[in-house]
Amino acid sequence: MNSELVKEIVAKIFTEVEAVICYQQGFDKLHATPYFISIPEQINRLIWNPLCAQNLASYLPSIKKKVGIIVKGCDSRTIIQYLQEGLIDREKVVILGVPCTGVVSVKKVLREIGHQPVTDVSFDGKGSIAVKTAKSEKTLAIADVCPDKCTTCQYPTPLIYDHLIGEPILSDKPKESVYGDIRDFDAKTLEEKTAYWEKELERCIRCYACRNACPMCICQDSCIAETRDPHWISQKLSLREKFMFHMIHAVHLAGRCVECGECERVCPMDIPVAKLKKKINAEMKDLFNYEPGVNLDDKPPMYTFNVDEAKIKEHKL
Amino acid sequence: MFDTGYLPKEKIKDFLKELAGSAIVYMPCLEGDIVVFRPFSETGTLCLDRPANTPPKSIIYPQSETLFSFEYKKSPEDPQKTTVELKAGIDVPNMVIFGARPCDAKGFRIYDRVFIETDTPDPYYKKRRENTLIITLSCPKPSPGCFCVGVGGGPAHKEGADAMMTELEGGYVIEPVTEKGRAVLGKSIVEDGRPYLKDAQHVQAKAHDEVKNPFAPDKLPKISQSLFNFDEFWEQVVDKCVSCGACTYLCPTCYCFNITDEQGVSSGERIRSWDACMFFHFTLEASGHNPRPSRFQRFKNRVGHKFIFYPEKYENVIACCGCGRCIRYCPVNVDISEIVNYLKDTRQELRWASSRNEGAASNVGSAKDE
Repeated sequence: MNSELVKEIVAKIFTEVEAVICYQQGFDKLHATPYFISIPEQINRLIWNPLCAQNLASYLPSIKKKVGIIVKGCDSRTIIQYLQEGLIDREKVVILGVPCTGVVSVKKVLREIGHQPVTDVSFDGKGSIAVKTAKSEKTLAIADVCPDKCTTCQYPTPLIYDHLIGEPILSDKPKESVYGDIRDFDAKTLEEKTAYWEKELERCIRCYACRNACPMCICQDSCIAETRDPHWISQKLSLREKFMFHMIHAVHLAGRCVECGECERVCPMDIPVAKLKKKINAEMKDLFNYEPGVNLDDKPPMYTFNVDEAKIKEHKL
Repeated sequence: MFDTGYLPKEKIKDFLKELAGSAIVYMPCLEGDIVVFRPFSETGTLCLDRPANTPPKSIIYPQSETLFSFEYKKSPEDPQKTTVELKAGIDVPNMVIFGARPCDAKGFRIYDRVFIETDTPDPYYKKRRENTLIITLSCPKPSPGCFCVGVGGGPAHKEGADAMMTELEGGYVIEPVTEKGRAVLGKSIVEDGRPYLKDAQHVQAKAHDEVKNPFAPDKLPKISQSLFNFDEFWEQVVDKCVSCGACTYLCPTCYCFNITDEQGVSSGERIRSWDACMFFHFTLEASGHNPRPSRFQRFKNRVGHKFIFYPEKYENVIACCGCGRCIRYCPVNVDISEIVNYLKDTRQELRWASSRNEGAASNVGSAKDE
């Protein structure tokens, strides 16, 4: 997918919107960063390549004006979930959908190149990324350095859009693979799982990047992690408090997490926090056969109830 | 004793072990894919290849710290009457921070002015600082996003450290900075480093040339107040910020804190914990009013504190050590050096002012390359 075509479409929609949310190069060539453009002259700095991993849709609820936005297949689920929950006005968004064959995880690339400063990055358009450092040049298959979510992606083509930039792509990943990692993890003993999470969450510095980058974390400024009333979590830096925060985060996303993986991507301490949310999503799928952010007409299970839920046998507890 | 030491690479573990005999030694360890400071252990994987993801600040300035504990007690004679019992104590062991980078050590100097060099020193910080020996490792090359030379530091800057090591092929040259650091040279493992000093200085000079100064040709960035106070500038320049605390909590110079009583039924603790000016709650007042309700106002404060308010108060010292962590680990790649660059350029200021007068949409991004 070349960025020229994206630029062309962005220029075209500028007459209908006040700003467009897209990507530009970040502090070095390995990083892309969200870019809010408000005048057409800025379009020439726009980029589109597999480094454009951030879920830009997260910005939509806080923006009042009419905007255009670039979304990949996974990002489009955020928009559908927002619409299901009534968090954004469809009239105020022009969605530019771009079919995606997988993005790049900067963390995984850095691991491959030994965390060296990057001097240049290029793409061959055939599924690999070439990364140059002062010492070496390495060509990596994007499939080897993509975020975990891409390895089981079911929706490479956006599920909602006003303009589709490029040809639709069908997923070649088996549907059963989506929660494969969760099933494997579930097979561990309780002691193993506890030890795993204690080790991982111990590193948490409570910066709340996972929360603030999460598109579905809508409490934001009134988050239970910081409120004094109710005072459920103390400011003490203990594993117990960290655990409590992450559990609340996960449970708040039951039947709402669109699995964009932002929480995990942004974690500066490399904690696999998305796994917690995915586990809950797997449960929601089993219980309600519901998949967040996929069908505009769906109602999130926690937004409604049946007197007798088909798969919850509360009378037999 | 020599005035320069040398530690052969194969003896580094023995050296750490010796230090650990009389102190808790914190060293950068590889855990999974990241590097964090951990107490020395035989099994820990020492990693000196790159700066740790988290600075060592929490060792001297813990993320949460009990100031005192309290307990309410009912008088047995008169149940109406309660008394409160307070317990406070500062029990700090001897500590060593090994393998921090020069920028990390410089960060402690930023705190010293606030917590020690004042009429009311902070006993908790002071005690920890006094009990800690800091041995830094000069940086052989820059890390992504770092810019120490632009804010008065450098890859071999010695401020804040007690001793500094420089890596050569076979070992580390140790240069003492303070008397406390000089004592390290007395360890039997440490050899005479004088023959290696020239090589070390060569490595240091080379590294210095490799670090970019984003504010060049200025030696230190000087911020223009009028653009700083222009809200529209901030709205546009940090519209992508998600207002999390990663930048502040990973910052070796951010020291803002909150004090809370974490209480059970009849007992509890008053704790001091890190706070972050990027959070909404940072300035939330008891009335419900918040003077900084927007993300851009909070970001403006972060830059202001580091580049204007702190320097005004403390002899023009910039409260940023240029370690680059806030840039490297920002969820959305906000680059503080880029923002400060806009602020120091008076031509930018004029451009902003004129675009405002004409009512045209002003624009930071495209102005950058003109």
